Amino acid sequence: MLLRSDFRWSTAAGVLVTALLVLFLVLPMTLSISAGLSVNYARGLGAGLTLRWVGEVWVLYADTMVRSLLVAVATLAGTLVIGVPASYAPVRRGGQLSRIVEEIVSLPVAIPGPALALGLIITYGGYGAFRQSTVFIIVGHVLFTLPFMMRSVIAMLETIDWRTSDDSAASPGAGVWRRFFDVVLPNIRPGVLAGALAVVTLSIGEFNLSWMLHTPMTKTLPVGLADAYASMRLELASAYTLVFLLLIVPILLTLQFGANFSERRFTS
Amino acid sequence: MRTIRFDILLLLPLAIFTLAFLVLPLVHLSLTAAQGDRGIGAFVAILTNARYRDSLIATLLLAVVTTFTTLVVATIAAQTIANRRFFGRQLFLSFMALPLAFPGVVVAFFIILLGGRLGLVGAISRTLTGSPTVFAYSIVGLFLGYFYFSVPRVLLTVLAAAEKLDPALVEAGRSLGAGPLAIQRDIVLPALFPALYAGGALCFATAMGAFGTAFTLATVVDVMPMLIYTEFTLATNATMAAALSIALGLITRAALALARTEAFRDAAAI
Repeated sequence: MLLRSDFRWSTAAGVLVTALLVLFLVLPMTLSISAGLSVNYARGLGAGLTLRWVGEVWVLYADTMVRSLLVAVATLAGTLVIGVPASYAPVRRGGQLSRIVEEIVSLPVAIPGPALALGLIITYGGYGAFRQSTVFIIVGHVLFTLPFMMRSVIAMLETIDWRTSDDSAASPGAGVWRRFFDVVLPNIRPGVLAGALAVVTLSIGEFNLSWMLHTPMTKTLPVGLADAYASMRLELASAYTLVFLLLIVPILLTLQFGANFSERRFTS
Repeated sequence: MRTIRFDILLLLPLAIFTLAFLVLPLVHLSLTAAQGDRGIGAFVAILTNARYRDSLIATLLLAVVTTFTTLVVATIAAQTIANRRFFGRQLFLSFMALPLAFPGVVVAFFIILLGGRLGLVGAISRTLTGSPTVFAYSIVGLFLGYFYFSVPRVLLTVLAAAEKLDPALVEAGRSLGAGPLAIQRDIVLPALFPALYAGGALCFATAMGAFGTAFTLATVVDVMPMLIYTEFTLATNATMAAALSIALGLITRAALALARTEAFRDAAAI
């Protein structure tokens, strides 16, 4: 599949399909960005560019952005405290335990968001203060993102030779806890970082659970987006989407480049 | 043994959280489904009641068609990109991966920008034929939305497999006189099979559970997750919503179980 001088129809078809795919993926993003910055979308970009809609979005929806960032940080904290230690145990033990943990952890991926949210509401709907707080949203997000943190950390633990370094630290008499904090954690940092970026992006974009869990006082960014799509003019909805893209794209690009970097470091 | 205590403590936060917010809600969900007026009949209703059955069939069909189309397009694109060096390749791949982080609602809005009342396709078709084409709110729009968020995930999985494929094998096939289709059938597809299998199962599971896209497009077709939502909030029928949730969860879980291979792990880690 390297340099080829002779022409093949299959190569041409492949390039065509790929080009159309890229167009299909990228075109709506550029449409959305231009609509969010245009004075009047129906009249085209010729009518002029403005930041008016972005300003209006800030006035109307700033609270949802702040809340989404807070929820993302709290979700990250939750997945770190719950997910990182819990990833280490099954890798240490292996066998039955690792299968059980894998099973439990993959459940939130298998069960669709609205179903998970419904279970949470039926169980905790009676506890008003909890149900109406942002903590309820955070619980849903931790549930949904935990598998991604744990997969990343477990994959990292399986790549590095944690047992050798752990054993060599154990012989001078370092206890299990000291070894966990001083030897294992520093060595799996890239895996934790990749997991953390995935958790933050997924949490900021989470809608399926959030829509059912939210109350008028606990709207997150994607919930606000759905609101805007249903009731606001196209320019404003586009400007809101633009703000969302500005928030999420830098994190995602970091994740991509980071993943490539660690891939090169650990597979070569 | 001190290390057993250590392992238990490592798992304790996960155990408490999972018990309180996953196991207990699932138990409540099952009890709610079974304790309605009809008891287990709520599950039977999914198959006997025309509205629920149609929704189940539409959701399954949509998920299958999305999965199949995504696999075909991703396989072609992956082979075109694999082992080809060009300027800005890294940035190009990052852009292809961007939709991974877009919620279903944003994807639906993109489809509206393409095929909605003020959409690009409508504007073009109006200048060409005089009447605008609007497809965003039909099953076509729904399918395109599902395709949009499915393609990046599957493409990255298949691409990783395609880059491991030995180009010498393909060259050997060519020099022996095999045509492009024979090479696909005998060399490429067997090598990509684990990735296609894992990516396809994940794609199917995601499509079955997708909610935001259908919610925003508000199409005439009610997919299962939409039905769960409307049963619970509009019809206040918690029993039926719970029964539908469990049925949908079981179908999705079964699809993922099919893909319980090593390859699946690579696919699930973004």
